[in-house]
Amino acid sequence: MLEIKNLHAEVEGKSILKGINLTINKGEVHAIMGPNGSGKSTLANVLAGRDDYEVTEGSIFFDGKDISELEPEERAGEGIFLAFQYPVEIPGVTNTTFLKEALNAQRKYRGEEELDGMEFVKMLRGKTKELGIKDDMLKRAVNVGFSGGEKKRNDILQMAVLNPKLAVLDETDSGLDIDALRIVADGVNKLRSENNAILVITHYQRLLNYIVPDQVHVLAHGEIRRSGGKELALELEEKGYADYSGEAA
Amino acid sequence: MAATLETVEQVKSLEMEKYKYGFVTDIESDKAPKGLSEDTVRFISAKKNEPEWLLEWRLKAYRHWLTMPEPTWGKLQHAPIDYQDSYYYAAPKSNEDRPQSLDEVDPELLKTYEKLGIPIREQEVLAGVAVDYVFDSVSVATTFREQLKEVGVIFCSISDAVQEYPELVKKYMGSVVPYGDNKHACLNSAVFTDGSFVYIPKGVRCPMELSTYFRINELNTGQFERTLIVADEGSYVSYLEGCTAPMRDENQLHAAVVELVTMDDAEIKYSTVQNWYPGDAEGKGGIYNFVTKRGICRGKNSKISWTQVETGSAITWKYPSCILQGDNSVGEFYSVAITNGRQQADTGTKMIHLGKNTTSRIISKGISAGKSQNTYRGLVRVSAKAEGARNFTQCDSLLVGDTCGAHTVPYIESKNRSARLEHEATTSKISEDQLFYCRQRGISEEDAVGLVVNGFCREVLQELPMEFAVEAQKLVSISLEGSVG
Repeated sequence: MLEIKNLHAEVEGKSILKGINLTINKGEVHAIMGPNGSGKSTLANVLAGRDDYEVTEGSIFFDGKDISELEPEERAGEGIFLAFQYPVEIPGVTNTTFLKEALNAQRKYRGEEELDGMEFVKMLRGKTKELGIKDDMLKRAVNVGFSGGEKKRNDILQMAVLNPKLAVLDETDSGLDIDALRIVADGVNKLRSENNAILVITHYQRLLNYIVPDQVHVLAHGEIRRSGGKELALELEEKGYADYSGEAA
Repeated sequence: MAATLETVEQVKSLEMEKYKYGFVTDIESDKAPKGLSEDTVRFISAKKNEPEWLLEWRLKAYRHWLTMPEPTWGKLQHAPIDYQDSYYYAAPKSNEDRPQSLDEVDPELLKTYEKLGIPIREQEVLAGVAVDYVFDSVSVATTFREQLKEVGVIFCSISDAVQEYPELVKKYMGSVVPYGDNKHACLNSAVFTDGSFVYIPKGVRCPMELSTYFRINELNTGQFERTLIVADEGSYVSYLEGCTAPMRDENQLHAAVVELVTMDDAEIKYSTVQNWYPGDAEGKGGIYNFVTKRGICRGKNSKISWTQVETGSAITWKYPSCILQGDNSVGEFYSVAITNGRQQADTGTKMIHLGKNTTSRIISKGISAGKSQNTYRGLVRVSAKAEGARNFTQCDSLLVGDTCGAHTVPYIESKNRSARLEHEATTSKISEDQLFYCRQRGISEEDAVGLVVNGFCREVLQELPMEFAVEAQKLVSISLEGSVG
């Protein structure tokens, strides 16, 4: 589904990613772990196509299509979803409005029929019920006055509504207490299926207790230094990132 | 949904410089001599078959106008206006001079109408197409007028009112905005050509929103429009002015006057959407919109509420105000002003507290994009006798890009120690983070700007009557085209 080859990227002229290779198949959950400044968030932003994150070499194929030149909204339409470390507030725009705009924009991109108000609300109610989210959250402005945990739950709701092929969770666990962490993980697990994939980017192992990965990769100095099964996360928890602190030979 | 599908495409294809009005007609039809003189004033008055007192009033205004200086305190820059270089009266164009069908109308204009979801027949009217058949809005208007008559509501053009209800017009015209109020209002008093007149009798709740849509035929009179609305004791009316579609007009100078009067326990809700031609990206052309709007809450417990969405015009100079004379009267001002390109807006309100326990509320949302300048200017004045006056003011400015300006100039004058006045102001920018967040969810950059700005304006937009609000939301997005990327 996702095939990253020899990916180099820079931000404001500074080289951050230095040859990433990563393949994620349908139904898989991968975790990328690494110390601060290793390029984890840069990878997430590059995948989402954020301006100022420039790919200088290599390729990103998604479902067999080179997406490295696509706009962020086009990548979203292709099925890439980024759960933000710090979800943004949009005053005055209700969650319902935002979700409807987003979903219909994506459907339009894919040449699907847009949902009308009734169809949309019906679908939305189904999702909130499934995730145990109260309907009053839908009437509130996007993330405005939300607690850290509520913001993350809102992200999960967005994910459920947009139903992406690939969800990238960019340090979505930062600043969450254990209860909120569990809620987020439960939400993600509910959305796991044979047809989609999840890329969890995290500094800490604890999220991976709840979202159990098929593969774990260690990112350091802009490269994937090591890959392994879920036990690699535990090893990192124990030993820290000291082994990966040096520049590559 | 198909219309919505096309919308995004159209939004992308429209640029500031393409926003033009297609056909320009030079055909003179029944015009007053060019320029401004006593003869012009007499000509207009004679054309309208006006009574002597009104001609005298116009002439007084004209003579006074000659002595008045232009107001220069607004944060606006424009070349001096050459008053002798325009026409002050032109009869509506004959059918032969108008475009014969929408095929002859600028396609860009039509695209905008489509984006706003305006029905074909209304598009024809707005674009000035000659239509022979009796179309919906007119027959609808006739039906409505009869319905209004049944409950005693008078709703007609101000010219008709002068003929049919001279006593009412004489009593109230100029009672809120005297002819010598300011240079622009003074000019209007001398040369106003038409406008609306509304009278709601005692105890009547007007059964429908009154709208200039109903007299869409007469829209060509926009240049020096004069509106007078009187709500007698215990009555209520909601009035909508303008429409969201871009208005075609060859006259650069607009100077309208609106006067509202409420008696005891009466309420007027006045909503405006102004979308006159803003000029091109370099600031060439565009309407100069100098408007004097003022209401007086003459009676106790009365209320006047102004809601405005200002997106058009090269220059907007406009301060819908409330004189709160009656005890316990309430004044409200809800405003969205959007400037893009080279537009300049200097707009706000005046709340003059005279009566006891009077309350006013000001919510102003200014959005500046492109190279535009957007100023909120407001006055809250509490007189010595206005015991227990209260005001809440909130002025928020939103900047799109870094070549525009937002300014807030609030004046507060209180002569009564019991007054409670609150003022809140914020200035913010649409952040890259917000735009990226929206785009990552699939929303294009243009649409994201529209979404964020609509959210910013929500408090004001929700004051608009329902059907208007939906159009206004679209208008907000369309007005900001080309402001990012």
